[in-house]
Amino acid sequence: MLKVSDLQVSYGAISALGGISFEIPQGSIVTLIGGNGAGKTTTLRTISGLLRPKSGSVTFLGEDITAVPAHKIVARGLCHVPEGRMIFSNLSVDENLSMGAYLQTDKALIAKNRDYVFSVFPRLKERIKQMAGTLSGGEQQMLAIGRALMGNPKFLMLDEPSLGIAPRLISTIFEKIVEINKSHGITILLVEQNANLALEVSRYAYVLETGRIAMQGESQKLRADPQLKATYLGG
Amino acid sequence: MTEFLQQLLNGLSLGAIYALIALGYTMVYGVLRFINFAHSDVFMVGSFVGYYMGKLIPEGTLWGGLTILVGSMMACAILGMTIERLAYRPLRNAPTLNVLITAIGVSLLLEYTGQVFFGAAPRNFPAIFPVTNFHLGGLIISSNQLMVIIVSAILMVVLQLIVFRTKIGTAMRAVSLNPKAAVLMGVNNDVVISFTFGLGSALAAAGGILYALNYPSIDPLMGVMPGLKAFVAAILGGIGNIPGAALGGLILGTVETFVAGSQWSTYKDAIAFAILIIILLFRPAGLLGKFTVEKV
Repeated sequence: MLKVSDLQVSYGAISALGGISFEIPQGSIVTLIGGNGAGKTTTLRTISGLLRPKSGSVTFLGEDITAVPAHKIVARGLCHVPEGRMIFSNLSVDENLSMGAYLQTDKALIAKNRDYVFSVFPRLKERIKQMAGTLSGGEQQMLAIGRALMGNPKFLMLDEPSLGIAPRLISTIFEKIVEINKSHGITILLVEQNANLALEVSRYAYVLETGRIAMQGESQKLRADPQLKATYLGG
Repeated sequence: MTEFLQQLLNGLSLGAIYALIALGYTMVYGVLRFINFAHSDVFMVGSFVGYYMGKLIPEGTLWGGLTILVGSMMACAILGMTIERLAYRPLRNAPTLNVLITAIGVSLLLEYTGQVFFGAAPRNFPAIFPVTNFHLGGLIISSNQLMVIIVSAILMVVLQLIVFRTKIGTAMRAVSLNPKAAVLMGVNNDVVISFTFGLGSALAAAGGILYALNYPSIDPLMGVMPGLKAFVAAILGGIGNIPGAALGGLILGTVETFVAGSQWSTYKDAIAFAILIIILLFRPAGLLGKFTVEKV
């Protein structure tokens, strides 16, 4: 569904990605794990068009989207839930969801997606008129994911959904991620620092180290890998 | 008492014009985080478009006046969007200071191009609306004053509806809160920014026509002082905050009028600005502005 080939990205003179390639098959959950500064967020930002690569290409549903402007990539069904959630804090929960459906014109579909978001995250329905900035961290993450679902995505990229969230809510959110993937068949690329959790829910994993893919394999196998265990899984 | 009400009325009608101009400053600041110094000159062009349209349309009729008002608003909306497209969009990723200096350049360009085409000498703005004076008790209300207050009120309500009830308005607020996140929703930020300039410039044009109705001597530098006042009004209300700009304009206009009608009339601008400084000392973000704290 998504194919990244030899992607190189740099911030000025500093190289962030030194040529990475990977592929994500339709219907799966794939995770990208690695430490701080490994290039995880850069990878996602380049795929969604917020950053331009120095070289390499991104292919989505068989089409090259490397040079497509970010706002047009969304229209193809590729939605990005950014790091730090980036919800619109002075807009209500309802308005945030409407912004997620910005490109949708089919009113019936919008209503259906809204119901779906509320069925996944009932908490959002309770807080529908509240300003998004007043939600708790976990609720904001739910809103960020809900907002992306309003865009009717075929492919969803989640950047650190566990960041800064109460542990109790983390497991809820990860359950929902799996549910979204299963019930709606939305393909998911999950970026996480919490490698344990990421490997648990995903089918396949790539390990990123300073801009290169250091390791890859089925998540279950990687969990048992002694080297990975020592580095990312806390022994 | 009559004198107080009379001055209040005069102040509100001046303040409504400041408010219309201030809205443009504040909206552009909201989406681009810079002060569009050329805005006060769009206000001037608004007056001149009205002046030239007035030559073609019979004076003193309601339909004629409204045609001129709408025509000038449309012309200036196009002007504002053109300025944004040519002068500011190429600088989208440049430091704010560069954009600010460019804005000053565009302002000077408009003022002195105005002098070339319109001449530097003041011109007399035609009475495009029918003029009558209503007497209410001891109060004298001119129809032009009434026109200012009614038209501004309608425009502000329409603006409020656009910003808070429409899709493009929600997108404007989203872009102003987080442009990157807006892009990830599929918003074409350039379109939203262009729309914001169009909207703000149309309001400035309306301000220009209404101002010229009550102060009918117009010249290419006429925008400087009202523009500065409106800018102050926008800061006073909390820059980036739309109701704040309207409130700031009304307060500034009213204070200025009261001071002008008193024995300290020579110091009217000094006093108006002193009030600004005092308010900002106590509320640094402006009257309705707030430093938003985001939960992490």
